[in-house]
Amino acid sequence: MDKFTELTAIAAPMPNENIDTDQIIPARFLKTIQRTGLGRSAFAAQRYDADGNEKPDFVLNQEPYRQAEILITYDNLGCGSSREHAPWALLDFGFRCVIAPSFADIFFNNCFKNGILPIRFPREVCDLLMSDARQGANARLTVNLAEQVVIRPDGEKIPFEVDPFRKHLLIEGLDDIGQTLAHDQKITRFESGEKRSWVPSVDMGAGQ
Amino acid sequence: MCAGFAPRTLFDKIWDDHVVERLEDGTCILYIDRHLVHEVTSPQAFEGLRLAGRRVRRPDATVAVVDHNVPTSDRSQPIEEADSRLQIETLEKNVAEFGVPYFPLLSASQGIVHVVGPEQGISLPGMTIVCGDSHTSTHGALGSLAFGIGTSEVEHVLATQTLLQKPAKNMRVRVEGTVGPGVTAKDIMLAIIGHIGTAGGTGHVIEFAGSAIRGLDMAGRMTLCNMSIEAGAKAGLVAPDETTFAYVKGRRFAPKGTDFEQACAYWRSLASDDGATFDREVVLRAEDIVPSVTWGTSPQDVLPIDGVVPTPSDYKDPAQAAQVQRALDYMGLTAGQKIAGTKVDVVFIGSCTNSRLEDLRAAAAVVKDRHVAENVRAMIVPGSGLVKQAAEAEGLDRIFLDAGFEWREAGCSMCLGMNPDRLTPQQRCASTSNRNFEGRQGPDGRTHLCSPAMAAAAAVTGELCDVRTLMGLMSGSDVVREAV
Repeated sequence: MDKFTELTAIAAPMPNENIDTDQIIPARFLKTIQRTGLGRSAFAAQRYDADGNEKPDFVLNQEPYRQAEILITYDNLGCGSSREHAPWALLDFGFRCVIAPSFADIFFNNCFKNGILPIRFPREVCDLLMSDARQGANARLTVNLAEQVVIRPDGEKIPFEVDPFRKHLLIEGLDDIGQTLAHDQKITRFESGEKRSWVPSVDMGAGQ
Repeated sequence: MCAGFAPRTLFDKIWDDHVVERLEDGTCILYIDRHLVHEVTSPQAFEGLRLAGRRVRRPDATVAVVDHNVPTSDRSQPIEEADSRLQIETLEKNVAEFGVPYFPLLSASQGIVHVVGPEQGISLPGMTIVCGDSHTSTHGALGSLAFGIGTSEVEHVLATQTLLQKPAKNMRVRVEGTVGPGVTAKDIMLAIIGHIGTAGGTGHVIEFAGSAIRGLDMAGRMTLCNMSIEAGAKAGLVAPDETTFAYVKGRRFAPKGTDFEQACAYWRSLASDDGATFDREVVLRAEDIVPSVTWGTSPQDVLPIDGVVPTPSDYKDPAQAAQVQRALDYMGLTAGQKIAGTKVDVVFIGSCTNSRLEDLRAAAAVVKDRHVAENVRAMIVPGSGLVKQAAEAEGLDRIFLDAGFEWREAGCSMCLGMNPDRLTPQQRCASTSNRNFEGRQGPDGRTHLCSPAMAAAAAVTGELCDVRTLMGLMSGSDVVREAV
């Protein structure tokens, strides 16, 4: 996973609530066995017509937002399916940071696992940042994770909250499986504990 | 763990019994009892293990099945869609390489992962259960903490049998009273989602309680918990009780004999204590709930079947008004129109929400001695091979086939259209599935979520209608008046 420290980038405004993961990446694109290559299918239904031509009205088909690395939306971003293909598609498009008043839990989690920083801001702040974003390429936002601030084009700093453990993993670009395996002995002790004696194994050879 | 004297909720108890280690910042290493795996969200996870030289830590706590991609037509033929075939073959290679128990496509035990888990006794009360699928919340009906995870977490569980988690907040949704005839678990859940919204449960585990919930059978409870994610919740739970134990007893992988009795004693201890605090509580009256359908492109866009479609100008927030207009345009509906009488092209009865034997019985009761309306394609997709067999043993297949329904093989099918079962653009579908998002059942397809009985009623009349009028329960409005 790539480290996330500081990002200065174009932000794409998408002033919709409940942007679900089926919108971010429709199910027919989930048939891949790889993580990469989904960027071209991100937001496919809104981005392309039935013949595969770009719809000019859609924000990500417009300059400078084709180069956007920050996405700003309204409430409940990433609701619906748990598909990690959603953050994979966003990442493959180029997004490293998503900003919304609220996120669906699984999507929020999945973002961190892929080096995408999700930031919660009140709706009023999202509106401000969207108005910045609408000014285009000369109005880049800066996201500084170490200091936990988003810096507007006029220099105003807006602080945000982030879970310290997740911040640490993002800044260091760490794989959390390695972190957990450091506790391997405790896991072994736990699973052989007496309290767990009722939990049966799934033995395909038995119970028929 | 930390079993102090403070009253605890069902969620608190399951959580406490699975914490391996609490890290400094409050993140917990949570032990996972059951990991269910399917072909769509696992290939990259197995690949990750391979690249890191890791094994599956507990193959005996892991079960794999193919469901999302599988054709629901004749399975003696090879799978036509090459990318679907590749995903299925990839899972088969991975389970062989890593020694994971697997229900193959041609086995009668194959089915939708959230139907198979409970049906086989793999999912049990008091467990932590995860799967790379948001509808894992279904298994909470047994009184287990079950939730969907992403593929990175699938890999984490495969490698460590744990997840890094922080505890969710507690929410309780009580439904008190008795629902009227023709009102099902699906209607209860649609009413709840309509009430609290698709983000109403965000950050919370919802415990469903109250007399109307206690009165539901296990299939109904699974429908309810299944759609917890549509309310934004981390998971849904129903406290295990005698209904649960009767359901679990004798299932293939469930504990047997004295082991079962001991497990029941533990499971009984899990119910929320009197005085346990919930961060949020919502109460609905069962008598207020009527058969419902969705009109829009979010599961919170719920209407009672006698309701009218909303008008954008009624919304103060311009963003919301725009969203309503967009949903109306997408769905091909007019502001202020009655939802009843809307013609449908397709009826889909299936999915992890509503494809169990009880769901098929409810649909068959409506369909019996009737025929699918002209120009309607109606399909039944049982949740598993075993559900299909049991339905055939009762003669339900004959009722559906005689009425002009398709009687298909088990899988996720038209819930999300990863296999060939898809809507074509602008086709309108009464569906027992869980999501009416834009494009969910096929690009530009239009979905109206409803119960199996309501979907069956739409199939035989060709339009969205009140199932109660078909069931000899007088007109819908009379039923409501009587119940009050």
